[in-house]
Amino acid sequence: MQVEVRVKLKQQVLDPQGEAIRRVLAGLGYSEVEQVRVGKLMLLEVAGGDAKKVRTRVEEACREVLANTVIEEFEVRLP
Amino acid sequence: MRWDAPATAELAREHGLSEEEYRRILDSLGRTPNLTELGIFAALWSEHCSYKSSRVHLRKLPTSGPRVVQGPGENAGVVELGEGWVTVFKMESHNHPSFIEPYQGAATGVGGILRDVFTMGARPIMLLDSLRFGALEAPRMTHLVDGVVRGIGDYGNCVGVPTVGGEVDFHPSYNGNVLVNAMCVGVARADGLFFGRASGPGNRVVYLGSKTGRDGIHGATMASDVFDETASEKRPTVQVGDPFTEKLLIECCLELMDKGLVVGIQDMGAAGLTSSAFEMAARAGCGLTLDLSLVPAREKGMSPYELMLSESQERMLLVVSPASVQPVLDVCHRWGLDAVEVGSVTEEPEVNATFDGREAFRLPVAPLVDDAPRYERPWVNPDPAAPVTLPPLHERRWGADLRAMLSSPAFADTHTVWQQYDQSVGAGTVVGPGADAALLLLPGTSIGVAATTDCNALACGLDPRNGAAQAVAEAVRNLACVGAEPVGVTDCLNFGSPENPIVMGQFVTALEGMGEACRAFEVPVVSGNVSFYNETSGNTILPTPTVGMVGVVPEVRHRPRATWQDGDAIYLVGAVEGELGGSRFLQVVLGLEAGPVPAVDYAAESRAAAAVRALVRHGLASAKDLSDGGLAVAAVEMSGGACGAELTMPEGVAPARALFGEWRGGFLLAVARESERAFARTCEGLPVTLLGAARGTRLRVSLGGKVLLDELVGELQRLREKGLGWLSGA
Repeated sequence: MQVEVRVKLKQQVLDPQGEAIRRVLAGLGYSEVEQVRVGKLMLLEVAGGDAKKVRTRVEEACREVLANTVIEEFEVRLP
Repeated sequence: MRWDAPATAELAREHGLSEEEYRRILDSLGRTPNLTELGIFAALWSEHCSYKSSRVHLRKLPTSGPRVVQGPGENAGVVELGEGWVTVFKMESHNHPSFIEPYQGAATGVGGILRDVFTMGARPIMLLDSLRFGALEAPRMTHLVDGVVRGIGDYGNCVGVPTVGGEVDFHPSYNGNVLVNAMCVGVARADGLFFGRASGPGNRVVYLGSKTGRDGIHGATMASDVFDETASEKRPTVQVGDPFTEKLLIECCLELMDKGLVVGIQDMGAAGLTSSAFEMAARAGCGLTLDLSLVPAREKGMSPYELMLSESQERMLLVVSPASVQPVLDVCHRWGLDAVEVGSVTEEPEVNATFDGREAFRLPVAPLVDDAPRYERPWVNPDPAAPVTLPPLHERRWGADLRAMLSSPAFADTHTVWQQYDQSVGAGTVVGPGADAALLLLPGTSIGVAATTDCNALACGLDPRNGAAQAVAEAVRNLACVGAEPVGVTDCLNFGSPENPIVMGQFVTALEGMGEACRAFEVPVVSGNVSFYNETSGNTILPTPTVGMVGVVPEVRHRPRATWQDGDAIYLVGAVEGELGGSRFLQVVLGLEAGPVPAVDYAAESRAAAAVRALVRHGLASAKDLSDGGLAVAAVEMSGGACGAELTMPEGVAPARALFGEWRGGFLLAVARESERAFARTCEGLPVTLLGAARGTRLRVSLGGKVLLDELVGELQRLREKGLGWLSGA
């Protein structure tokens, strides 16, 4: 099944990339954009049909490697 | 809990304040503080900000001298270079954040030390990093090494300041507490210096730089905490750095100062707006009044408590005259930076702030800064390292011993570390990383500015006094290898908990040793940083008083080399035999961390360093100082893995002490044939021994007709590349 993993910076953490994008948008006239936060979307093709097991494994992988839980949070979505 | 809730003894304890300290707060105010005021006290009275356990001992260091423009107490120290130029430098630790989040922790360490230097009006010209990691097999250790190195590299590279030197060492005592000490050296015109003083009542306070977020709240108190198994729960206090904003800040601040628009300036480092406001007020004997509603906030609903204690990066506090406010804001906005007038300087020595039209806090300056607690913590003299009984050391396979040493991470070739750093941006680098010391040209002149960081923590663990003195001596020798005369020291004193009398004894005696050496070499300590509580679950790090030393070459005419060339004569300056106590040979080959570390022979070291300086400046010799690993390891380094040498040790010396002995204050020198006469004249009166010549591809060392070493230098070099080779693919 295809599992979607969304990783984004925790709300209280500075996002220099997002801020740079916001500035570019403002420079191009999109001054109504007040904040940009950049994250990652990962699509994992995972073998196995047990959704609960898959979720547990993917969340484990998120904590171990896909997200830096010191400054990022993640969300796992199953079909 | 609301920001204006009354403080309690319980809350004080949660903020890391002792019962007695809380009583002292109540006494000095004559009332109960609110939560915001308590947070401000806790931050400024933390070990990190107040130096409460170290200050009485730091007085033992020599801090003055004919070249000193500014000693400790400002954002960085300042020393004259000549021709109207000064150098501004400091070293600071970012150990705790780097252990929790290595990449951001190390990156923001670099950002912080850069700000300490450019806030004085100096342009940063180089960065150095002294790093200590645990055993590579320890949990998370390769991850920590990789993260720290990338964090340093990425921040320095983006901001356009070359990383040109430093050191990397490994010891299991750092398994749960790595050390990241970052040093920055800047240059300025002597009449272009600025200080962190909020002087002139009526002057305005301007906030400049990134918005204030909820990151890093209470980092200063975290740096003063002992880690335990729950360290991961302290994680949200790690900040994220933005080097591109830092670059804008550097250029913006230097322009503001160049245009004479600034009265006082300080970066918001540990304890953020709190420390910059109170310290600037204290230095000027004035006060400040702030409107916290005007502080640019990254998130909605931030309270005065959070605004005062946030450690968001890349922020500065300026004091400017009323007429300069608009021109200052114009310059800041042209650089694309947030800048807001947030208050003014007052006569009364207190800092007060309003928030949403209400008073947020009102605190006198003195109790928080100059009258902060000072402790004379109990300490015990460290036990002298007992002499050890060594196995017979006459008939050994010395080649195997050397190979074992070169294979240990301590002697690993660090090029996989520094190749990740931009070493030449700015185009001033004469000698970059991998040498004994870095040497850069002061932009637009032929004056050379040199810097090195040194500490043999193994020796400091065995004998803090002699170990710290030896670190100073090694720094003097390293500077001599690039022809530089030492002009000033910054120190970064990394120790365990000061509440442990054994650790405190290490600290006190190390300072005595460092002070003695700095006096003997006439090199004052002009800035520095103390990092206590470097321990995890009761495991304390080796005492690590890192010495950062800056030197000057009045006119750079030759590029110093640290390798020998085919045909060079090879000389040893200094004792032919070193001591094995506290040596790497004992540690790596015999598995012993033991033995006495000898005191420094200052007269001999000074004479040798002066001669080597002169030789290098005139291009008469390539030099390498004998330190970790002794003569054998220095010879491998000078071979560059390319050119061998045939060396003969004088009859009668002990092979182990000749090859691997340390603490002899010596140099290995390579002299071209045509320079030998000038060399002999310069070295007159020094203990100089001709050992042989560079030739071929093998390092061959013989003694009394017996061959001690006979190894291909290329293979020896390959062993050195193994230790950290994995980093390049990381």
